[in-house]
Amino acid sequence: MNIRLVAAVAAIALVAVALGVTLSGKRGDGVRIGFVTTLTTASAAIGIDMRDGFDLAVEHMGGTMAGLPVTVFYEDDGLDPEIGRQKTERLVQRDGVQFISGYIWSNVLLASVHAAVEQGVFVIGANAGPSQLAGEGCLAGFFSTSWQNDQTPMAMGEVLNRRGVDNLYLLAPNYAAGRNMVAGIERTYRGAIAGTDMTQWPGQLDFSVELAKVRAANPGAVWVFYPGNHGTKFFTQYAQAGLLGVIPLYSTFSVDALNLPVIGPLVEGLLLTQHWSPDLDNAANRRFVDGFRARTGRTPSFYAAQAYDAAMLIRSAVEATGGDLDDKDALRRALEAADFESNRGDFAFNNNHFPIQDFYLREVVRTEDGGFGTRVVDKVYTAHRDPYAGQCAMTP
Amino acid sequence: MTLAFEQLLNGLQLGVLLYLVAAGLTLVFGVMRVVNLAHGSFYMLGAYFVVAFASWTGSLMAGAVLALAATTAVALVVERLVIARLYRREPLDQLLATFGIVLFFDELAPLVWGPAGLTLALPPGLAAGVQLLPDLAVPVWRLVILAAGGLVAAGLGIVVARTRTGAWIRAGAADPETAQTLGVNLPLLFRGVFALGAALAGLAGILTAPLLTVQSGMGNDILVLAFVVVVLGGLGSMRGALAASLALGILDTAGRAALPELLAAVLSPEAADTAAPALSSMVVYVAMAAFLWARPDGLFPAPRR
Repeated sequence: MNIRLVAAVAAIALVAVALGVTLSGKRGDGVRIGFVTTLTTASAAIGIDMRDGFDLAVEHMGGTMAGLPVTVFYEDDGLDPEIGRQKTERLVQRDGVQFISGYIWSNVLLASVHAAVEQGVFVIGANAGPSQLAGEGCLAGFFSTSWQNDQTPMAMGEVLNRRGVDNLYLLAPNYAAGRNMVAGIERTYRGAIAGTDMTQWPGQLDFSVELAKVRAANPGAVWVFYPGNHGTKFFTQYAQAGLLGVIPLYSTFSVDALNLPVIGPLVEGLLLTQHWSPDLDNAANRRFVDGFRARTGRTPSFYAAQAYDAAMLIRSAVEATGGDLDDKDALRRALEAADFESNRGDFAFNNNHFPIQDFYLREVVRTEDGGFGTRVVDKVYTAHRDPYAGQCAMTP
Repeated sequence: MTLAFEQLLNGLQLGVLLYLVAAGLTLVFGVMRVVNLAHGSFYMLGAYFVVAFASWTGSLMAGAVLALAATTAVALVVERLVIARLYRREPLDQLLATFGIVLFFDELAPLVWGPAGLTLALPPGLAAGVQLLPDLAVPVWRLVILAAGGLVAAGLGIVVARTRTGAWIRAGAADPETAQTLGVNLPLLFRGVFALGAALAGLAGILTAPLLTVQSGMGNDILVLAFVVVVLGGLGSMRGALAASLALGILDTAGRAALPELLAAVLSPEAADTAAPALSSMVVYVAMAAFLWARPDGLFPAPRR
């Protein structure tokens, strides 16, 4: 490497540092919120949906909280924990944010959360719910408006028991959330397990090997966790392998409003569990879903619903402290109170700052306009608490 | 038995796809000495183009032909604008420039085709299964992939070994200056080789499009494996690429198919559950490290120059 290149890199680094110093001097003007999500790569559609949900919430509150203007800084994690952590640090140090929300992926959240919380910045997780932050590692500065990873598959395990499934094959990607999801199923499902395959994340090309094993094991049902585009790929190959309609399929977080238009015909009748659904009948949800449709022309995904709630939770805390963003203790107590109307209906925080909430069974159905949607079939859990809260030393 | 045969087919199919991508990569490196990170972009473009053209023409065949032509056309433009300026530059410059192309196409694709990714439905005739064994039906499309890979391997072998164009390619790879003195039009040869390599990657993209979600960044997943193949086979060696692709395809499949059970026999169930997925995703790289330790130049090392 020649000396000019080194000099150029050093010069750029110096300019960047200088720029960071001047920008961080602009603190103190209103509520500053960072939002880390995935806006590039194959999973960009999820991040864009979350951004639309968060933007909609800010629009619904007139761009202010307790009379203070709201500025949101969107950052892209590129699906990479290391980049997520860098962006988080930059939001804290350069942009001087008081809150950071977003985080689709458990591994990105785990790499990033401490960098913010240790600097007195509150993190409002709007999707990922890794067990590491729910038990002994729970954090006073971390709150979730989604779920703990185990909860949704636990509800699915309950459904499998009720439907008499007694021999199940599990398929999930091998990363923090995938392992939590499998653990969640195993926690409540009482039948036999025919096999478990943890596939590469996120680079798995093809599921042919795993599907051949499924066919050979001939289980009573298959359960999968493949979020976003990975769901599209899995369901397509499941159909091509001739297993669709032969071995019943159940899923969590693998069918959403984003991939449903593409895979709808393959997954009609599929059952999934979720804490929220676009057809939940409450005032906050109607306002959210109608507003989202009017703004984007799309049906919102659960990702967008959680991001919308995150913004509403932040506003409830800022208003409770009368706009005082320096009193961190008061803000934390106000966040714990969760005094906002969630689009999922009843919402309260457990001692570990994960929600206590209901879980529903949803079914993929054809809609009147010829497309595909979901409808709530049943309520599986009422006021469900995640299984790790007992190990968290924080008191409610 | 049936399962083992089915997994062997799966391994061969992965090997064939790897070969189509790696063949172009190793060809471009062997002749032009350019490390082309953008090779995966042509794989991605092939996949996007076939979805676009198949829905436009209503025919998968027509879509595939048009997609192949379009990928090649894009490759020629990229060669003219960027690659042609890199032949005499340092490897670092080549890596930076071709990585720039990767970023460009990875950002362009979602702008043109949307961020959600696309899927390509197979016509019923190609999606249906062929009964190979009494209890084993394999989708026609997977057999098409195997056949296409075999034809391309044979075709490339004949072209490189038996034809005048092949002689030019070999001459250009062995000693470009002498070849030029003897009347080989090097710029034209380079352009042709680059276009051929990109067309092969595009073909791999077209063949996988119905199996996968067509999405931005899909080329990067396969490119890493393709580089492993190129290094294992010996930089610039076509038969090395063929042997290494098939070996890796089968090895990767065997790791995913059998490791969980093998480990469960040796370790506790909990340890096996944790170790198996981690190990099976590493098998290919562990094999590469071990093999390179024994043979640093790969299976069929290219003559040094």
